[in-house]
Amino acid sequence: MRRHLKLLDFALASLRRRPLKSWGLVVVYAFTVAVVASVLLLTRAIREEAAQILVAAPELTVQRVVGGRHEPIPLSYGDAIRGLPGVMGVEARFWGYTYDAVTDSTITVMGASEGLQGLEMIEGRLPTTATECAVGAGVAEMWGAGTGGEVILVDAESTGVPYEVVGVFRAPSEMLTNDLVTMTSVEAAVFLGLPDGTATDLAVRIANPNEVDTVAAKIKRAHPDSRPITRSEVLRTYDAVFHWRSGMMLAVFSGALVAFAILAWDKATGLSAEERREIGILKAIGWDTADVLELKVWEGLTISLTSLMLGLIAAMVHVFVLGAPLLVPVLRGWSVLFPELRPAPFVDPYMLFAIAFLTVVPYVAATVAPSWKAAITDPDEVVRG
Amino acid sequence: MILHAGVLGLLVGGTVIVALMLFGSLVGVRILRTWNPMSTSEEQLILERQTYLVSVLVAVALWIEIGSALLFIHTVDDLHELFVGAMCATGTLNANPVGWWVLAAKGAIVLLFPIWLAVNGLDQRSGSFPLVRLKYGLLLVLTPLAVADLSLQIAYFGGLQPDIITSCCGALFSESSDTVTGDLAAIPAVLAFPVFLAVSLLFLAAVGWARVSPRPISRIIAAVLSPVTLAVGVVAVISFVSVAYYELPTHHCPFDLFQSGSAFVGYPLMFSLVAAVVLAAMPGALLMVTQHPALRDVAAGSERRWLTGAAAAFTIFLVVAIWPLVFGNLAWESM
Repeated sequence: MRRHLKLLDFALASLRRRPLKSWGLVVVYAFTVAVVASVLLLTRAIREEAAQILVAAPELTVQRVVGGRHEPIPLSYGDAIRGLPGVMGVEARFWGYTYDAVTDSTITVMGASEGLQGLEMIEGRLPTTATECAVGAGVAEMWGAGTGGEVILVDAESTGVPYEVVGVFRAPSEMLTNDLVTMTSVEAAVFLGLPDGTATDLAVRIANPNEVDTVAAKIKRAHPDSRPITRSEVLRTYDAVFHWRSGMMLAVFSGALVAFAILAWDKATGLSAEERREIGILKAIGWDTADVLELKVWEGLTISLTSLMLGLIAAMVHVFVLGAPLLVPVLRGWSVLFPELRPAPFVDPYMLFAIAFLTVVPYVAATVAPSWKAAITDPDEVVRG
Repeated sequence: MILHAGVLGLLVGGTVIVALMLFGSLVGVRILRTWNPMSTSEEQLILERQTYLVSVLVAVALWIEIGSALLFIHTVDDLHELFVGAMCATGTLNANPVGWWVLAAKGAIVLLFPIWLAVNGLDQRSGSFPLVRLKYGLLLVLTPLAVADLSLQIAYFGGLQPDIITSCCGALFSESSDTVTGDLAAIPAVLAFPVFLAVSLLFLAAVGWARVSPRPISRIIAAVLSPVTLAVGVVAVISFVSVAYYELPTHHCPFDLFQSGSAFVGYPLMFSLVAAVVLAAMPGALLMVTQHPALRDVAAGSERRWLTGAAAAFTIFLVVAIWPLVFGNLAWESM
């Protein structure tokens, strides 16, 4: 044990003697770790945000599909679904998008009563008349419109319609409400230009989660032009999409990983005359090849662990403190009104392991042969020059 | 193909392992062909130096492989969320049955690699390299295994489609299931536990005897008992250890033990069992090697360390396996 500690001590001293080379490698190594770790930390944060949104989502959403496209669904479908055993309730939802040219952003418009259980009013109340609306915190901030103010939204007929803001709200997940404007259901249907007697989709509440698939199958049988989407399907799709996006980013980044491995190989191969003399003298005074190899392993481990730590700290600052400004547009999609992401900091051993596999393993593989090459240095050859 | 950080990590790790092993094998073949310990030529000196390189390459590959085995288990567990019907690693493995072969390949490598490292360690410490031919012969067996492991992983992850509806542990490890795993799950604890305890005590006694006695028969008994102990240990985990941890009489899945809900207890449980049986089998499996006159002294010290390690690892396994039976809430009759 003492022998290993002495070798570690020697390795640290050896790294300190060449600060420029050691720190140069650590900086590049830590940067590589930071990029990989940022992608993984951010993906995990977005997946959790998405899961949180869906906690309050209905067990089943029913849409109507015509020619492969999403079309408004007749309210009569809801009446039929309400009669199915196991269904607790059906709510017609009226929602859609409107573009605000002034702020160059897309706003989500929604009927106020449905699917909005998670909302917390910061001030005011939800709208009750056709001329009123309530806005999400992000919209309120962008327009500078608080309670008592007025906003103008462009409806389906491209006419600007004024609404009085009667409340501002937020939800546990900002992603859900940041770009949201709510109005009464009747007004939302008129504003969005939905034909009479139709809704955007139907939210179906089912008491027993085990019955969701059965109810979905019954709805599909009764209305072949409907598309029932279960909450678990949405969750799985989100998971798959974000895994795919982070995987794509890492795959794109693999070129940089290879470049890093080549740099590590180059640094490890290019022994200076001084280093070669050092190893030669060590061997001349009795060190054998295994000792020098162990010394090189300790040096590699020190550099790896230092870089891993620094890279992880940098990634955590990037994601948890700064809100991942460099990666958010790629991983999450893009929109003017996306909320700021402030995920709770966490450390997951599995993630650390995956990061180590993606960065430390290529480094070790790239440096093992050069380390051996250094270790078999012939003292006689080196000392004589 | 599912692009997931764990999957990419496994493929990067697998590629590195194969690269290291192929490079090691190439050097190994050259050493096998031209090795002559009597020679004092420059070529022989170069070959002797290259043995160090191969040792490091294989040692690094082994450590990456052990990490890869851990990462594989956790990754397939993590991926279960993407599959309808999957609740743990079993569902993900069933989603493309090649996964079970990956698990088998990883198991074989984790069991065989330490034997190579032990042979290599003895060889290098002896100073005269008496085992060179044996170890490079073994390396030529291990390398195809590493290649098979990577190929199977590519086939497995490449064949995983998120729209597959899979069956999970509830079906595979059900007492009423008409499979080997179902039969194992159906063994009642009152029958399995005494057998498990008897085999465990026998195994510990054999390891203890081999540790204090230099007689070859003690090592052979420990080596023969090792696979038996591994099999009985796995049966015990499926039959009653898992049930006791879940406190659910009908749930026998060993893979749920690797989840956070079970405090990841599957990792110390299974890895201590594997470490114990590998270390205990080593002195017996290498009996022909350790009896070599040039190695007898070096081997004696190594054998003592292996057997002490085996006893320590198996004690950890026993404590983790028996803990929920003593301190858990599930009544014996219900297991």
